[in-house]
Amino acid sequence: MTALTAQQLIDLAYIAAAVLFILSLKWLSSPVTAPHGVLAGEIGATLAVGATLFNPEVVQYQWIVVALIVGAGIGIPLGMVHMTAVPQRTALSHAFGALSASMIGIAEYYVRAPQVTKFGMVEIGLEVIIGSLTFTGSIIAAGKLQEILPQRPITYRGQNIVSLSVLGIALALAGVLVVHPEYTILFPVMVGVALLFGVLLVTPIGGADMPTVISLLNSYAGLSAGLLGFVLNSKVLVVAGALDGSSGFILSVIMSKAMNRSFTNVLFGAFGQEQVAVAGKAEARPVHSATAEEAAAILAAANKVIIVPGYGMAVAQAQHKVRELYDALTKRGIDVKFGIHPVAGRMPGHMNVLLAEADIPYDKLLDMDVVNDEFPQTDVALVIGANDVTNPAARNEKGSPIYGMPILDVDKARTVMVIKRSMSPGFAGIDNPLYYMDRTLMLFGDAKGFVGDIVRELAGTHH
Amino acid sequence: MPSDFISNLFVFILAGFVGFEVIKRVSPLLHTPLMSLTNALDAIVVVAAIIIAGRHETTFTTILGVIAVAASFSNMVGGFLITDRMLRMFKMGKTTKKS
Repeated sequence: MTALTAQQLIDLAYIAAAVLFILSLKWLSSPVTAPHGVLAGEIGATLAVGATLFNPEVVQYQWIVVALIVGAGIGIPLGMVHMTAVPQRTALSHAFGALSASMIGIAEYYVRAPQVTKFGMVEIGLEVIIGSLTFTGSIIAAGKLQEILPQRPITYRGQNIVSLSVLGIALALAGVLVVHPEYTILFPVMVGVALLFGVLLVTPIGGADMPTVISLLNSYAGLSAGLLGFVLNSKVLVVAGALDGSSGFILSVIMSKAMNRSFTNVLFGAFGQEQVAVAGKAEARPVHSATAEEAAAILAAANKVIIVPGYGMAVAQAQHKVRELYDALTKRGIDVKFGIHPVAGRMPGHMNVLLAEADIPYDKLLDMDVVNDEFPQTDVALVIGANDVTNPAARNEKGSPIYGMPILDVDKARTVMVIKRSMSPGFAGIDNPLYYMDRTLMLFGDAKGFVGDIVRELAGTHH
Repeated sequence: MPSDFISNLFVFILAGFVGFEVIKRVSPLLHTPLMSLTNALDAIVVVAAIIIAGRHETTFTTILGVIAVAASFSNMVGGFLITDRMLRMFKMGKTTKKS
């Protein structure tokens, strides 16, 4: 029996890593097994990195050590951010992943150039273009989420034509390089144009579309890593890229459905769709409003309450007050659950994390599909900082810009209470008929303050 | 068409299929940890970066390799760290607690 070569041992470690990565995602299916998933991923990554250090091609270690220390120095603080900052952290990590994949692709080009095979050039060209556009696109997305850049969509006439032309130029340059590998000067131009395209791709997108964009960028980052696996003939990269790419893709589809976008709209981006302005239509109609005292009395008399949190709740940092309300109501024997719309936060699943951080048990956090069956038997639906995702016009007004969007059927509850600053329409500028129903009580005020007032009233009337 | 391409495509398609089947089962409750975990797994490109940084072709490729190692390793460390932190926050409800 012949002994295994170093390269074969490294490959075996990579196979083990790939298997552990798949198990890692498999165990993420439930919160109970999910911690094993993280551990499996960590073991797989450690194995792969450890084995790579024994690769005979690696002859100098000093810069690797420096880079690993710098990487850990950046990664640890980014792993410790506050939960409200997770979306921008995620966008930034897509940027880092894409940056890394691009850098490797570029290095590989210069190692081979000008003797790049035609096929190799196709792979490198695509990999570097996708990596570069994902890098700048993700930086812009992170800037918008961090509110360094304007949240409002920035649009101009002919935008799609300009953006697609830029992408076309990048692809054309890659094409020229395939045919004429000796024009090495075109390579950095191609990279620059791809970087520009990433900026043009994400700049027009508004803050409300971020859950879709971040999922799409996730998919692109995975794709660039997978393509890098093709370039380097590295199966473990192909596997990791395929897993990350399909994950991002699935999330993009879920987000686009939740926002009522077509599938093609996701593939080519939710980009630059016209912002429907229905302003001026909202005439002053009468609404019923209530005080914190009245709201507390109604809640105290209920048997079953569903709280519907939106991003407004997170902006107001009201999740810990909401937790106090949850405690006050459950102590009275009231059944309290949470209805979570898929786009309730700034990225897929974000609202669940924010509520889990506030110590709300996860078995009380219900998906849209599950919770919608429960609204008709619910005494009070309490909407906090959510608007469009509760708008019944999406269900029954054919002319409405959000018609067809899946919503939380809060209007089917016996009483609806909505905490809102004022009657001004939501992000999309669409009026919400929910607010004018006879069974709806508007609770005007700041989410955090109002929930706090309700909690105080509940404590005061305790006996 | 090189044979390497075919074998890579083979792996890509199968892994993509596995990814679909596995990820489809992840509860929407955990979609944020899913994204941070796949980010950490995707950071496996660090193994390619290490080779570029360590094989000493030219100073230029070494610089690119070093940037790539730092960027992907930060994702690996940060991705696992934040996923772990998030998952610790998900607790099952106890029968009405007293406080």
